[in-house]
Amino acid sequence: MWELGVGIWDLGSGNWELARVGALIVLAAVAAALLGPLLTPYDPAAQQLALRLEGPSAAHWFGLDELGRDIFARVLAGARISLMVGIVVVGVSSTIGIALGSVAGYVGGRVDEAISRVIDVLLAFPGLLLAIALVAVLGPNLTNVVLALTLIGWVGYARLVRGQVLRTRELEFVQAARALGATTVRVLVRHVIPSTLPAVSVQATLGMGGAILAEAALSFLGLGVQPPTPS
Amino acid sequence: MLRYLVRRLALTIPVLLGVATLVFALIHLIPGDPAQAMLGETAAQEDVDALRRRLGLDRPLVEQYGLFLAGVARGDLGTSLRTNEPVAQAILTRVPATLELAAAAMLVAIGVAIPLGIIAAVGRGTFVDHLATTLALTGMSVPNFWLGPLLAIAFAVELGWLPVSGRGTPAHLVLPAISLGAALAAILARMTRASLLEELREPYVQAARARGASRPRAVLRHAFRNSLIPVVTLIGLQFGAVLTGAVITETIFAWPGIGRLLIQSIGFRDYPLVQGCILFIAVTYVGMNLLTDLVYGVLDPRIRYD
Repeated sequence: MWELGVGIWDLGSGNWELARVGALIVLAAVAAALLGPLLTPYDPAAQQLALRLEGPSAAHWFGLDELGRDIFARVLAGARISLMVGIVVVGVSSTIGIALGSVAGYVGGRVDEAISRVIDVLLAFPGLLLAIALVAVLGPNLTNVVLALTLIGWVGYARLVRGQVLRTRELEFVQAARALGATTVRVLVRHVIPSTLPAVSVQATLGMGGAILAEAALSFLGLGVQPPTPS
Repeated sequence: MLRYLVRRLALTIPVLLGVATLVFALIHLIPGDPAQAMLGETAAQEDVDALRRRLGLDRPLVEQYGLFLAGVARGDLGTSLRTNEPVAQAILTRVPATLELAAAAMLVAIGVAIPLGIIAAVGRGTFVDHLATTLALTGMSVPNFWLGPLLAIAFAVELGWLPVSGRGTPAHLVLPAISLGAALAAILARMTRASLLEELREPYVQAARARGASRPRAVLRHAFRNSLIPVVTLIGLQFGAVLTGAVITETIFAWPGIGRLLIQSIGFRDYPLVQGCILFIAVTYVGMNLLTDLVYGVLDPRIRYD
């Protein structure tokens, strides 16, 4: 399935060029988001009704929207929010997912059973649908969008980490740490969890894009960032 | 096979119970009093109390939960706050529209993806392959809330070839189906290509060629048939994405399906209807995943829960 795209393992075999182009695009987007206010003199919420729907010009690079707001300024301001949503959702949901997934996989028994059943139920929902439902009842705003996306986001990490931990806990270095008298918490934090991080980082990279798109979809439905804040 | 079937069905029951519990919990997640939230801050206390009684919110939580589960089991999902129509009936009248859209989107996706995947796999590394790869990546990267309005502007507003919104004629179906099916087409094309490439490497394909089968015959009759197993599974598993995507597509094209009903009922704070729509979509999704697993079990007899 991965053959069509550029897998990370392809980087050593002559695909550095593509990786560089990709990195440049990402860096440009991040820089635009971070430096937004320095790149444009316009306030993203300021309206110039006389100029509404005007096309791109030297003064307004992307033109103006139906309320006469500078679209370039709004794109930059929206990029900051999208980036923030991506970072917070991935950061918090991966932390929760790693914690619960590693405990489920390492401790096993009833704890694993309980966590796994919750994961099963949450995975039985189409993710975005659950986010729509949560935002619908909690109220449409950015905080609730981040909360909803985190509540559905941790599940994928937990399942991934649980699988990794089930494999890792039987490895010799973990057995050795246990034999040396390391506590469960120490074994998990120092030995088991670090071994799951490469897989988690791949999932987090995909999750960042997913979170940004999900926020955009919710905002499109009127359930995300509320006007006049751009997204 | 029977054991597998029974085991798989048994595994679905706790998941369905969990889904129903989560949907029940949703209404109790509303900060403060749900009845107050539905009627607004300025509502009179008598109205709030009346709504609390009507929704059963004045009863103990455990009793509410029991009544909710009993209702769901009977197919009674409550009544809409806005129209007083039974929720189950409101949903059932919208099902045909959503199914029509989902089926058309699947048809678009399969119709585009399978030929594209085959062409890309057969011509691996050629210009056609790169073109198919680029098309697939583009399809995956473009969100449908962007593609939908773009298609509407181009083909409905500017060119005037197709209606911009609504349901009725087959022409109304074209833009929503393409908008919803594009991402699925991209994923399926990638899967078809990868799966077919894997099969083409197998000795039985060479054996077929050695026996004198033409290349198209070896590809289509031998390799392609076997490569379909993961593709069929993916089609089933992607049904959930199509249902969720339909919520957005139906909103863009004013398509009178369950997705639009859900978004409208959120707008009106008609929570029994929101609850019903979410439950219906989730249960359909679980059902489709179950069906996919069962079909997979038939297609590949090695898959068993033992």
